[in-house]
This record gives sequence, structure tokens and C-alpha cells, in this order.
Amino acid sequence: MDEKTRRGGKLARFFQWLGSDLKDIGATFVQGDWKTRMSYLIMGFGQIARGQFVRGISMLVLQVLLLAFIVFFGWDYLSKITTLGTVESSMRGRVITYGDNSFFILLYGILTIVAVLVLIYLWRVNLRQNRDAQRTLALGKRLPTNARDASSLLNEHFDKTLLALPVLGIFIFTVLPIIFMICIAFTNYDKNHQPPGKLFSWVGLSNFKELFGIGANSNFGSTFFYVLLWTLVWAFFATFLTYFLGMAVAIMINKKGIRFKKLWRTILVMTIAVPQFVSLLYVGKMFATDGLVNAMLLRWGWIRTAIPFWTNPVYARILIIVINLWIGIPYTMLIVTGLLMNIPAELYESARIDGANAFQTFKSITLPYMLFVTGPFLLTQFIGHLNNFNVIFLLNKGQPQSMQLSNKAGATDLLVTWLYKITVEDNNYKIAAVIGIMVFIVTAVISLVVYNTMPSVKDEEGFQ
Amino acid sequence: MAGSNRRSNAIIYAVLIVISIIWLFPFFCLILQSFRGEYGGMVNYLFPKEFSLKNYQFLFSNSSKFVRWYLNTLTIAVFVAVFQTIIIICVSYALSRMRFKGRRLLMNSWLVLGMFPGFLTMICLYFLLKLLGLTQAGAIPGLILISVASSGMGYYICKGYFDTIPKSLDEAAIIDGASRAQILWKMTIPLSKPIIIYTALVAFMAPWCDYIFASYVAFGNEDSYNVAVAMQRWVWTNDYQGYFTRFCAGGILVAIPVTILFMCLQKYYVEGITGGSVKG
Repeated sequence: MDEKTRRGGKLARFFQWLGSDLKDIGATFVQGDWKTRMSYLIMGFGQIARGQFVRGISMLVLQVLLLAFIVFFGWDYLSKITTLGTVESSMRGRVITYGDNSFFILLYGILTIVAVLVLIYLWRVNLRQNRDAQRTLALGKRLPTNARDASSLLNEHFDKTLLALPVLGIFIFTVLPIIFMICIAFTNYDKNHQPPGKLFSWVGLSNFKELFGIGANSNFGSTFFYVLLWTLVWAFFATFLTYFLGMAVAIMINKKGIRFKKLWRTILVMTIAVPQFVSLLYVGKMFATDGLVNAMLLRWGWIRTAIPFWTNPVYARILIIVINLWIGIPYTMLIVTGLLMNIPAELYESARIDGANAFQTFKSITLPYMLFVTGPFLLTQFIGHLNNFNVIFLLNKGQPQSMQLSNKAGATDLLVTWLYKITVEDNNYKIAAVIGIMVFIVTAVISLVVYNTMPSVKDEEGFQ
Repeated sequence: MAGSNRRSNAIIYAVLIVISIIWLFPFFCLILQSFRGEYGGMVNYLFPKEFSLKNYQFLFSNSSKFVRWYLNTLTIAVFVAVFQTIIIICVSYALSRMRFKGRRLLMNSWLVLGMFPGFLTMICLYFLLKLLGLTQAGAIPGLILISVASSGMGYYICKGYFDTIPKSLDEAAIIDGASRAQILWKMTIPLSKPIIIYTALVAFMAPWCDYIFASYVAFGNEDSYNVAVAMQRWVWTNDYQGYFTRFCAGGILVAIPVTILFMCLQKYYVEGITGGSVKG
């Protein structure tokens, strides 16, 4: 009930804002002089007419560019976006006539929609600039000069200069592809519908229905939950084992009276320094059936037959978690080492006087402090492990595969490695997009829940 | 008391020695294998029967493009390190020091964007790059562009560091008539040396491991491979037996400079990850 009214309030406020904004657009036109009114058609006209060339010309250039893009390039694609193309490529004799390309229709269609939105926004900014300039002049004040406008980009408006390029880059190479792939989840884009030869089209929610076992390929849903479960189990063990063991190692190294502290640290840090594709690929091979580990165990007579480390699902899973310790412990060790120094020495001193032993001190001083301070770190570690492509892929490529799982999933596949296989080996883009969205939902839900229950967020003053 | 302390220290030393052996053993094997003269994949003995340099010779001979791949990776790493650091500094400064409309919105939306798995966008990125002619033969600039373009989202640690620089310094400089750009250039950057080195180091090390996207973008064009893509193929190829020792030798050559660089800058790395992880 409470939630509903709040959301309703938000919506109402949005319409209120929209209404007043539209009213303002009208009022600006009615009260505007001819310079302002011309700016409704030609962006930047008023600014140029009032001598603000920097603003005016940049507005005008942007308008021309965006309009040219929309009219000459984008419109063609945008007009077909509801069907994603109707003319298939055909081959007559040896001549191929290319028809519509659904991929480009969708991609450039989205880009065009964005261009339109940007144009509307700029138009609105342009009107506001005109209105403000007109008011300033009416009050008898002077407008900021061109030089002032330009130099403000290095001062009050320095944020715009700094952020322009990064925001543009993120938009083109992250936001646009994500919007595109979300759309793909609602199409039938797979290896049977690959442009430029074939078209793909909108299919609504049918890919999601398949995920929840309603569609024809019922195996897919169960595979998804199987992989999801292992992903969560893996992330849990990987995070907490590396965390506690790393902390133990750090405490050992930092204990008073232990010498060569720097040497121990340097040895451990080797696994961070050496590129993972070298170290993990090699270690993966070491544990192969014909690998060094099996060979040595056989020679020493500890085992009779080689242990199928990578072909037995249970062994493979345990081994992956163990090898991950090799990579993960040093990170925790480094972080904990830095933090251990921050714990006030008096706390330990008083604990010692009270007669607490090492374990008690750890339990009631070190651990609570660590958990409190490293809460955000644990969360990012957990999320990082959910998406830990390298360890799984370089060690054993998600093997062993199982007949019971669909879409080439293996017993140690995480959602991301599975996603990779589906994309690269199967070209089943629609399913990959669905899984990607599910990964996002899982990550977002976990982050939200954990973040809201974290003591360091709830109670910022707790340990200060 | 002293006796028990000595005993526990002895146990700790024992544990640390065992850990050190486990940690170094794979690297030790890797080095030995790289000098192995006899043919074969994994062998069931540790010390090669015949020590030879022929694996290294192969890498530098004309029958392998290892040097080319190596230079490709180095080029990518250097450019990515430089540009990524610049972009992260810009973003961090703007978000840490300036207050503008939409700041929270920007930060929140980047946080949400970061939760989408990266591979999801791989095909789309491939076609975007193809449009610019930056795939296959042009894969190297393409990979640099992709790594740099989205790097603004990784501002957390650097911004966290900027936040610790007292704002009163900025205010004093503003009163003295400095512009924001001058403050960034003349004050914030010199004060943030550790975090800048950390950012550059992490950016430099990432391309050496970049396999997935690099193999996708350079697909089928040997000249544009980076070391990870090319050597990965050696291990998963059908002739894995013949290439395994060469993989080890190549791995050593990749690992040595990266490791040395890392060890030299370790101090800054520790500062970066501890500062960043705690503030979150």
C-alpha cells in the first residue's frame, strides 16, 4: 500500500513536471522576441543573433549533424524496426541480392531513437538558453562573453569537459550494446536466423518461457537452474574460503617474531603477477589424467589408477575451488595486511592482560573488525566470482559435459562461461541474451540485498 | 610463555614454508618444462632428461610469429595503460570534486551497467568495430578502443583516493584564482601518484590475459593475435604434444617482464587495493 502510493506519487510528479515543462515551452514562445522564436526552428539562432557565437554555433552544428544522421541514415532503419525487415536475401544464379539485414535494422534503429532523444533534449536546452538570455537582457544586464563561455569549460563547467569523452565512449560501447542485446532476448536470432542471409524477427516472451520450462526445449530450463546453482555454490566457497584462509595467512605473516615478512609476501604475490593464462593453463594441465600430479602420485604408489580430476564432476568442482585459492589467497592477504595495522594496539594489549588466548583475540577483536571493514570488498569479490570467467575457462573449459544438460553446458560451467559457449560455439544469440539478463538479475538482487544488510552501510560510525 | 611462543612460531614457519612450496611449485615446473628437449606434452617426470634452448629458439625463429604477437600485446598494453589512466583520472576528478546535476544518476546507472556480463555485448561490439574497420587486420587498435572506451566505469578506487585529499586545498587554490583544470593538473595529480601508478599497472596487466574478446575480434587473422590468444591455441590444438614445451617457454617470456614490473610497483598495488576495497 505504502509502496504503491509512493510509486503513484513518482508518476504523478513526472506528469506534473512534464506539464509544467510544456507550459514553459509555450510561454517562452509567446513571450519570446523574434530571435527566440526563430530558435524554435533553427537551434542556436537566438544565441548567434545575441552575439553568443560559441553556444550558438555548437548548437547549430549539433542540430545539423543529428538531423542529417536521422534523415539520411537512420530513418531507413527505424521505419523497419517493428518487423526487423521483410525482404530476405535471395540468390539468383550466382548473384546474391541482399535484402534487409535484421541485425543492422535493430542496431541502427536503436541508435536513431537515441539520436532523436538527444535532439529533443538539446532543443529544450537551446530554448532555455534563449529564455534566460532574453530575461538577462530585459533586466539590463550583460550576457556572458564568448571567451567567458569557453573558459568556463575549464572551470565551473570543467565536469562537462572531463566527462564528455568517457560518457560518449561508455554510451557507444556499453550502453548501446546492452540495449541491443536486451532486445535480442525478445527475437529469434540464432544460427538459423543469421543475417545477412536470413532475417530474424520479434517473438515476444517465448525465449523466457523456454527458460521456465514452458517451451518445447524443456531441458533448457533445468540446465539453467543447474548451472545457476553451481555458480552460486562456487561463488560462495570461492569467496569465503579465500577470505578466511587469506586472513589466516596474513595473520601468520604479521605475527610478532616472524621474520622475512617481505619474502613470504613476495612469494605469495607471484600468482597475481604472472598472467593467468600462463599459470592457470599450466596448472590445469598438471592435473590432467596424464598430468604431472597423477604421474607422481602413481610413481610414489599412493594411487593405483590415475585420478580423473577433470572428468569426474565432483573432483573437478572441488579442484577448481582449491586451485582458485592459489590465485585468491594473495589478494586477501594483501588487503588484510594493510588493515591489520589499523586495529588499535591497545585493544590487543587489554585482551592480553585479560588473559585471552590467540584464538579468543582473533574471534572477538580481529574478525569483527575485518568483517566490518571489508564488507564491500566481500561483496565485490562475490560478484567477481559469479562472473569469474578466467579460472573456469582456462582450467578446464567447464568440463565435463553431461548428456543431461542442454546447450553444451558442463558440470563446472558458470553462467558466464556457458554464455560464452552458447554465443561462440552455438551462435544461439537469443538464448545467450536471455542468460545475460538472468545473470544481471541475479547480480543485482544479491548486491541489493547484501548492500542493505551490510553493517558498514547501516552503521557508518560503528568502529570509529 | 616464551616456550609456547617459540613453538607456535615454529609451527607458523613450517606452514609458511609448505605454502611457499605449493605456491612456487607450478612456476618451478613451468621453467623446467620450458627447457625440456624431448618431445611430448605433459610427462611423468619433473626434471627434463635433456636440457635445451630449442623451445626458445623456436619462438624467435621464422616459423613462429611469437615476436609479432608479443609486440602486439605490448602495444595494446602500453596504449591501454596510458589512455585508461587518463580517462579514469578525468572521471574520478569530476565525480569526486565537482557537483553537477545528474551526478548521482550517472554513478548509479554506471553501477547498474556494471552488473551486465561483458560477453553479452561481444557480438554487438564486434559489429561496431567491423563498421569502423577495426577487426581482423585492424584488431589491435580495435582492442585498444574497446578497452579504453568503457574504462570510465572503473573509477571507484581512484575516486575513493581523490575523496581523501582535503577539499580545503581546492578551496584555497580557488581563492588564489586557480581554475578547476589547473587544480587537477597542478595539485590533485601530483598528490595522487600511488593511485595513478596503481591504475596504470592494473590497466597494463589486463591485456596480457585478454583472451575472449581478443580471439573474437582477431578471428582468423594470425597477425593480429595477442600472446594469450595465440598460445592458448597451442595448448588446445591437436598437436598439443608438439607445442606444449613451446607454450611453457613462451609463458616464461610473457611472465618475466610482467612479474618484474609488478614486483617493482608492488607497494602501489597494495595501496590501491587496500584503499579501494575498504572504502568500497
